[in-house]
Order: sequence, then C-alpha cells, then structure tokens
Amino acid sequence: MTAILEVEALTKTFGGVVANDRISLEVPEGTIVGLIGPNGSGKTTLFNAITGAHPIDAGRVRFQGREISTLLTQAIARRGLIRTFQQPRVYRRMTAADNMLLSTNVRKLGLASLFAAAGTKERERALELLDFVGLADKRDTRAGDLSFGQQKLLELAMALMNDPEMLLLDEPTAGINPTLIDRLVDRLKTVNRERGLTLLIIEHNMPVIMGLAAHIYCLAHGRLLAEGPPQAVRSDARVIDAYLGAA
Amino acid sequence: MPHAKIFGSSRSLLVAGLIGLGLLAPLVAPGHQSQLTELLLFIVFALAWDLVGGQMGYNSFGNVLFVGVGMYASAIVQVGLFYDVGRYTEAKGGGTQFLFDVPQFLTGLGFGILVAAIMAGLVALLLGSLVLRMRGHYFAICTLGLGIAAGQVAAGIPWIGGGSGMLTPNPPAALGDVGLLLYYLALLLALATFATFTWLLSTRFGLALNAIRDDEDKADAMGLATHGIKVTAWVIAACFLGAAGAIYGNLVRFIDPTQTAFAGATIGVWMILMALLGGSGTLLGPVVGAVVFQLFKELFWTYLLGWQRVALGVLIVAVAVFFPDGIVGFARTRFGRGQRSEEDTAAALKEKAP
Ligand SMILES: Nc1ncnc2c1ncn2[C@@H]1O[C@H](COP(=O)(O)OP(=O)(O)OP(=O)(O)O)[C@@H](O)[C@H]1O
Ligand SMILES: [Mg+2]
Repeated sequence: MTAILEVEALTKTFGGVVANDRISLEVPEGTIVGLIGPNGSGKTTLFNAITGAHPIDAGRVRFQGREISTLLTQAIARRGLIRTFQQPRVYRRMTAADNMLLSTNVRKLGLASLFAAAGTKERERALELLDFVGLADKRDTRAGDLSFGQQKLLELAMALMNDPEMLLLDEPTAGINPTLIDRLVDRLKTVNRERGLTLLIIEHNMPVIMGLAAHIYCLAHGRLLAEGPPQAVRSDARVIDAYLGAA
Repeated sequence: MPHAKIFGSSRSLLVAGLIGLGLLAPLVAPGHQSQLTELLLFIVFALAWDLVGGQMGYNSFGNVLFVGVGMYASAIVQVGLFYDVGRYTEAKGGGTQFLFDVPQFLTGLGFGILVAAIMAGLVALLLGSLVLRMRGHYFAICTLGLGIAAGQVAAGIPWIGGGSGMLTPNPPAALGDVGLLLYYLALLLALATFATFTWLLSTRFGLALNAIRDDEDKADAMGLATHGIKVTAWVIAACFLGAAGAIYGNLVRFIDPTQTAFAGATIGVWMILMALLGGSGTLLGPVVGAVVFQLFKELFWTYLLGWQRVALGVLIVAVAVFFPDGIVGFARTRFGRGQRSEEDTAAALKEKAP
C-alpha cells in the first residue's frame, strides 16, 4: 500500500511552545488512521500545518508523492486534501443547501462553472449527502442557526460534497448526540469502503476511534508518543500515563 | 434567494410596473427630470457598492474612484475623438472652436460610456489585485485612501484640466432635450445593472460571494479561488460604476476633480448610506435605499437649505438606530416569510407545548 500522506519530522513552534516536535507519520491510501492525544497535545496544530493554515518551522509534508508543505491552503485543498474544523466552520448566513451547493468539487470545474447555477445533478447530490448526515429537513435553515452538532454534520457533508482524495476530520463526533454517533461511524466506514476515501481522524472518543481506525498515532506534549494497531496503542503504558497524567 | 420567495409570482408584475414607471416618469414629472436621472444613477451606485460591500462583505469606502475614472474617461473620449484634449481643457471647453454636431456628440457619448466602463474595470483589476488581499478595516481604510488620492492625482494633470476641472462636450442644439436622452440611458444602465446582478447572484458565483462574506478562510480551505472571485466581483462593480460615472459627468456637465468626480464626502458616502438604508446584502435593498435617500435629499435641499447636511446626518443616525438591517431587512423580519432564528425557535417551542 502506498502512502497518500507522508509527514516527515514536522516541527511547529508558537513562541516558546513547541506544538509539534519532529512528528512523522504516514497514512496509506484508502485506510482510516486515527490521531489521538490529550488536550493541547498538538493534534489540531498538525492538521493546520498539513493543510497550510500556518507555515511550518521544519519538516516535510508529501501528498500523493508531491511536496505540499510550501503550498497555500487553497492550493492544497485543490489537490483534494480537505479538512474539517474542531469548531465547525460553515457559511453561517447561507442555508444548509447553499452551503452544500458551493462545496462542489472546484478542482474539476473551471472559473466558467462559477457563472452557472447549480445543476439538478448537484442539487440531488447535495440533498443526498444532507440526508446521509441526517440534515435533509434542515436544508432551508441558515447554517448559523443550526446546533453545534448539526454544524459539525453539515461541515462533514460539505467536505464529502467536495469529492476529496483524502479527508482530515477534527473530532467529528464532538457535540454529536450519542445516539447518532454509531450512525456517523457507520457512515464514515461506508465512504471509506465504497469510495476508497482515505481518512485521518482526530478523536477523543476512544471506543469510536478504536472501532474506526486500522492504525493509530498518539501525541503528547507535541511529540509522537506511540503508534500501532488500536489494541496495542490502547494498552500501551505510555499512552495510558499520558491520558491519566493529563486528567 | 430569500427575497424571490417573498415576492413570488408577483415579482415579475412588480418589475414590469417599475419599468413602466421608469419609462413614463420624466414625461409625467418633467420638472424633476435631472433628479430622476440622478436617482437612476444612484441606484447603480448603491447596487454596485453592495455587490462587494453587502454580498461579499468587503466594505469599500473608495468606490467613488471608479465613478471618477468613468467620468473622466468618458469626457476624454467624447472630446478626444474630435479635438485635442489638452487644447480643449485649456480653453475651458468653451468658445466656438469646440463644437460637436449631433453624430459627433452621440458617437462620443456611446464610446465614452463604453470606454468608461472598461477603464474603471481595468483600474479595479489593477488595484483590486493588491488591496483585496487586505481584510476588514485595513481594506476599508485603504480604499478610502485610494478615493482621496485619485482626486489629488486628477487635479494634478493639466491635460484634463487639473484643479480647474473639465467640461463635457456642449450638446448640439439640434439634438433637442439631451436631458431626456441621459435619463433613458441611465434607465437602461440601471435596468442592466439590476438584471446582471440578479443573474450573478443566482449563480455559484453569487454563493461564493456570500461564502467569502461569511467565512473566507473556510472558502479557502474548500479550495475556492477566493482572490480571483473577489477581484472579479470588484471589476464587475467597477464597470457599472464607471458607466454610471460617464452619464453622471454629462448630467452635471462640469467635472471638478474633488467635488464631482472623486467626491468621496458626497457620492462616495451616499452610495454606502443608500445600500445600508435600503438593506445591504439584498438585491432590492440598494434600490429602495436609493429612492428613499434621493427623496429625502431633495426635500432637505429644498426645504431645509443651509441645514440640509445636518438633516442628512440625523437621517443617517436614525437609520443606524431604527433600521440596522435596512428597510428591506426590517420589512422582511416584520412581514416576510423569510424566517428568523427567534421565530423558528418560538414556533418549535409552541409545537412541543401540550
Ligand atoms: N495559533 C496559536 N498560537 C499560539 N499557540 C497555539 C496556537 N495554536 C495552538 N497553540 C498551542 O499549541 C498547543 C497545541 O494545541 P492544539 O490545538 O494543536 O492541541 P490539540 O491536540 O488539538 O488539543 P484539543 O484536543 O484540546 O483540541 C497548545 O499548547 C496551544 O496552546
Ligand atoms: Mg484540537
């Protein structure tokens, strides 16, 4: 299996804080990989670094074999590497449906496509995906009026609408009704299986990530603490220490 | 678009009625012809400002720049097609040596408006590529500076009359009522602006503008070519502002670099005020705002002369306090079907109550 994403000795500091300290990881194409770690361990910072939200101090990031660590956010997104945010970000004053319609794959569409209304196919797909995350009846609601959890689901649907090569999800189950979490996990497995979509998921909910990921990386204090299959990481003494120490 | 829902099928009727009114207005009220022409141009100003300010969330205080560029560009073309511009301005455009016959005047005006739109668009392309990289207050302040600077630059170019300004060509007497011609040109432009923007906002481009307003970083992270979209929007707005400036220059005849062309303190501020008054971020808002504004402005200038600017100031404050969402925004929350979150929750609570 070839790696779709390779991070090599990535370092990011904020003033004196080393938020990411020489982190290396690999995500094989078509898999689901987990990223865990206590609060403040640098998980979101790593996502920001990978997606070009902020420049990195050292290291490399390769996506589909090509260096992307010097590219801007937009260029990285256009290569098909899309992320969602821990604090959901949606277009607040636009309806859920319009949020979806604007999230179509812009890589495959030129500037000219901007000057056309969304086609029936796109509308159908937008509704399909809204339905997929259980938001079909909210399609005409302004995104800003949705609950935190609903915004997270909408953001996920938007990311899927973009038809990405790989998705980085920052705590997709945070704020989601517990009864919905199982369904969400199911859906993520489905897109991974049926569309071969590669997922890198930050998750605090241990049962969720254990059930989803084939391989897990654990960060603590900005460093890579442990990695391996879910069972091995869960029983790793250092991981248990890190979580208990942080609690 | 929400407003489309509010007016539903009666919308086309409304539009037809307004066009009819527009066609007949100068004949019904010949005494107010130039104010009506000005109103139509104000509608274009307000709509164009709101495309970038309201729909895209980039509050420009320097859009008057494009009005001025259009005004000068048109005057230069109108004169330059037939005479030496430098000698024309030196002679203050007067005298008997610079006469324009009917075909000359009409050709000049036609090309003038066209070139005005193109020039304003080019200036927007050039400046937009730079200033649209800034956000929020930085963008606002920078555009304000551009508007002011433009007036100073124009005043420093003797070829276009420098500080003493420039006259647009004297309309030939054989043409008859040139004011009526300008009125219908302004009407055409206002309709074209409204139609173009209606279409634009129905496309994915319109959604992209709103997305940039709501969360530009998110749009970036979704791979939207945000910078290109912003520049395109500014260029489109500038083209219409330039064309309107061309007609405006011919309406007032005398182009003063800082008082007419790059009049930041009047037109520059008014166009923002009109958009906010009517309801920014909507298509109808700027139109309504321009009508109400022009009405009040004319009333103040007629009945409160000497105090007209104070009255205008009071109006501005009153609008900000009582209609923060503009007239259309106010009407929509009050009477429209376009739901608001509070009403939604209220309705939801009622449903749950036994
Ligand atoms: N923009 C920033 N400026 C300064 N410090 C930052 C910035 N972003 C993150 N940090 C710091 O970097 C460290 C790692 O933060 P990060 O958000 O990556 O943690 P996390 O693992 O995502 O935590 P959580 O599970 O709570 O989301 C923290 O100490 C944080 O304060
Ligand atoms: Mg985080």
